[in-house]
Amino acid sequence: MDLAGLVDVVYSPVVDVKEYPENVDVCLIEGAVCNEDNLELLHKIRQRTKVLIAFGDCAVTANVPAMRNQLGLGNEESVLQRAYVENAQFNQRVPSAGDGIVPTLLKRVMPVHEAVHVEHFLPGCPPSAANIKALVTQLLAGGPKLEGKQIKFG
Amino acid sequence: MAAKTLTIDGKQITAEEGETVLQAASEAKINIPTLCHLDGVYDVGACRLCLIEVAGVPKLLPACTTKVAEGMEIKTDSERLRKYRRMTLELLFAERNHVCAVCVSNGHCELQTLGYSLGVDHVRSDYLFPKWSVDTTHSLYGMDHNRCVLCSRCVRVCWHIEGAGTKNIAGRGTKSNIITDLNMPWGDSDSCTKCGKCVQACPTGALFHKGSTVGEMERDRSRLEFLVTAREKKQWIAAD
Repeated sequence: MDLAGLVDVVYSPVVDVKEYPENVDVCLIEGAVCNEDNLELLHKIRQRTKVLIAFGDCAVTANVPAMRNQLGLGNEESVLQRAYVENAQFNQRVPSAGDGIVPTLLKRVMPVHEAVHVEHFLPGCPPSAANIKALVTQLLAGGPKLEGKQIKFG
Repeated sequence: MAAKTLTIDGKQITAEEGETVLQAASEAKINIPTLCHLDGVYDVGACRLCLIEVAGVPKLLPACTTKVAEGMEIKTDSERLRKYRRMTLELLFAERNHVCAVCVSNGHCELQTLGYSLGVDHVRSDYLFPKWSVDTTHSLYGMDHNRCVLCSRCVRVCWHIEGAGTKNIAGRGTKSNIITDLNMPWGDSDSCTKCGKCVQACPTGALFHKGSTVGEMERDRSRLEFLVTAREKKQWIAAD
């Protein structure tokens, strides 16, 4: 709560702004880069943000979303087939890119820093509230210096 | 036994001839990070995390297989060593599919602990995402090659403590992997005594008790100590 007074949250799933704004100081990015929408938004965020932080194991290591990479290149179709046809009880159909429902999947799921430059990393699945607080506090004081268990994967 | 005097991190210490630098350091309460080393089992220098600087030697040497010598001057911590240790760990993470969040050993894993202790907050190399299998043919234990770091602890306890010789290493480079007998499903092995020492020795979640789920695979290393004591001293006493 002490931190709330020091920052303005300008974009997030719980802020009613649809377009990522310009001149953002810090952005915490969750999740691996899985599809073309993720990649496009990530490039936009990088252009408009001073400091990027890969936030959580999916962003830092690509984690569980990247397990499809083990199936080899060209798995985009087989994973959609599995999800929307083989495991579906009703309406078995792979959504096409034109539907605007499922964005085109990338050939390979990436951690955020493989797609754009990232300044800082906060691993954890999920990162604990204490670690998030420590990170933001240190960031306001000049730069994060997380160490030991604060940067534990998983 | 002749005593040797040497310096580790500026501290004068005495060690017995034939001891390794790792043993000497540990007696002097100097901590050197290790992964393939396991107390009671002979060392092979496989993981390269215990690398040290020895004055007059241009290359880095593994503390676990380097014997102490008179007048040795050793550094166990420096910018250069930290750089290499971190790189080694990152390459281990990149080489297989280490997904801590869904691993049986999450929270009890030596690779995970070394990662955060040595400052690995991300991996700079591209992950290889190789395709490896999981062998669950054994009645009691499972082997997930995705989580294996090829430390060879399981091979060493199997050959040199149990004397069964079930576990082996096959292949070269990134294709190296732990096999059972002549590369057969673990459950079909005639030589495996089901003693479970390999499972107790494993530093990651590669070897596990069947039925354990995320974070549940805790190991009891005192079992190994007990067995080594029994074998070497003929004393069947439980560690306290």
